Amino acid sequence: MTIRSEPLVGIARRPRRPFSLSAWADRGTVFSWLMMAPPILFILAFVGYPFCYGIFLSLESRPVAQPGTFVGLANFIKDAHDPVFWQVVRNTFVYTIIATLLKMIGGLGLALAMNQDFRFKNAIRALLLLPFIVPTVLSTVAFMWMLDPAFSVVNRLLFDLGVPKPGPSWLGNPYLAMFSIIMINTWRGLPFYGISLLAGLQTVPTELYEAATIDGASGWQRFRFVTLPLLKPIILIVTLFSVIFTFADFQLVYVLTHGGPQNATNLLATYAFDIGMGAGQLGLGASVALTMLPALALLIVGITLYLRKKT
Amino acid sequence: MITGYGPIQRTVRVWVPVLFFLFVALLPFYWMAITSIKPNSELYSLRANPLLVHAPTLKHYVDLLTTTSFLLWTWNTMLVAVISTAISLVLGIMLAYPLARINFPGAGLLAITVAAVYLVPQPLLFIPLADIINRLDLGNTLTSVILTYPTMLVPFCAWLLLGYFKTVPMELEEAARIDGASRLQTMRKIFLPLCTPGFISAGIFAFTLAQNEFLYALIFLSKSTVRTVPVGVISELIKGDVFYWGQLMAAALLGSIPVAIIYSFFVEHYVSGLTSGAVKG
Repeated sequence: MTIRSEPLVGIARRPRRPFSLSAWADRGTVFSWLMMAPPILFILAFVGYPFCYGIFLSLESRPVAQPGTFVGLANFIKDAHDPVFWQVVRNTFVYTIIATLLKMIGGLGLALAMNQDFRFKNAIRALLLLPFIVPTVLSTVAFMWMLDPAFSVVNRLLFDLGVPKPGPSWLGNPYLAMFSIIMINTWRGLPFYGISLLAGLQTVPTELYEAATIDGASGWQRFRFVTLPLLKPIILIVTLFSVIFTFADFQLVYVLTHGGPQNATNLLATYAFDIGMGAGQLGLGASVALTMLPALALLIVGITLYLRKKT
Repeated sequence: MITGYGPIQRTVRVWVPVLFFLFVALLPFYWMAITSIKPNSELYSLRANPLLVHAPTLKHYVDLLTTTSFLLWTWNTMLVAVISTAISLVLGIMLAYPLARINFPGAGLLAITVAAVYLVPQPLLFIPLADIINRLDLGNTLTSVILTYPTMLVPFCAWLLLGYFKTVPMELEEAARIDGASRLQTMRKIFLPLCTPGFISAGIFAFTLAQNEFLYALIFLSKSTVRTVPVGVISELIKGDVFYWGQLMAAALLGSIPVAIIYSFFVEHYVSGLTSGAVKG
């Protein structure tokens, strides 16, 4: 449009010209806030309020079904003197870091494997996504059966390969139990990584590869200097997402090991559940859950700043 | 792609990794399926080859459907997932539309806040929510989960739809506004009908997220009649140290199939929806 005169009343334009459209922009703002009021009130009531209430609870001694008494930071001090708490913190970090690294490397491999031309590609991609979309609890039950102390199919196959009976105790040995939950988490999260990175790979223009090849770059160099730099943003964002959801993981551990043996696989989320729900110490449980906050807040702020930069 | 390899080498290079990933991804499902049709004598035999079945039987499925509340749990899960998805879609649209289409002060900040709320994990909220649900006297009602699932689904839907809405051209709405339509009319009659594909994909993801939810359902639902599939399977098919593996695997398979079928039709949407924030920004 090239009309230069003052816009007539009621003509809709983007509110980029503030001087004459201020009344109009006002109405836009009013409409926006009216429209957004119900969802915002909902989120304030069911996310904002519980969040603040959780902080309040963490400052109380609060056995279930009894009135609480304010105890200040006593719960956090109790956590700090609890050796199990520190073990749980260590477990959570080990679990998050190793599982995320495995998913990142495996996911990159999966994306590269899928970024080739072959038959039944769409069907295979759908099948590869299955571990990610099937309810975690249900696939974890399958793994529980695969690692069963008496009838483990994994051990049966290992036996056929020459490992003596009874074979490793996958969920009974502290190290193997941690190994098992890390592998299962990786199994479940890998497709998400792989498919997201594949979407990224498909946006890399083939001209770049051709140019690199003409310049004499080897396969590895093409990967290192063309693919990887272009994938960096998407690797970063997928990793941040993955870290948050791995760090706060609950289902897998709750179903497979309940945090055992001897807390070897207890994570912050499952430990908070044990204390808050199992032992009925709402205040202490809330304080354990809240100790996840600093690390999570750092990640969430990181992601949101990144998204903000992009938009 | 330019490769200097012969056809056989090429086939190996392509298929070996693909088949490896397929094998790893599908082995547990094969194991679920084969376990669910084995008679108990084979299940707990240490001699039979575990990877094969000799006398397949549907007994575990029949037992699961007749002696447990599995069908009721499936009904509960569907009911909860449908209602909480519907609520979340409506609230998500109300949140995403102004953020995506109207330039008002604070819109950018609010959009980022929506993303941040989506990232707040459940373990941070479940203890205070449990107390709140208790005080509202909603324990052991499906209402408790129908109310709490949208806490993760509303920001999720809003975030997905925000990305989708931004891809729709502005012209039609501008034309409608010039013709004198109110904002509400423009949104309802012009804009929303254009976005049906976006609603379908956001709805499907929300639906499956609701079906998979475990933590809230575990805490709020302790009576068998109100349980959802994941909680029912964990709390009632696993009884102390006695495991009914045949039934458990049948339940795991039956519980997985609906989600798997829905997804296989919408993989494309799923991928673009999840990564839109990262790729397009």
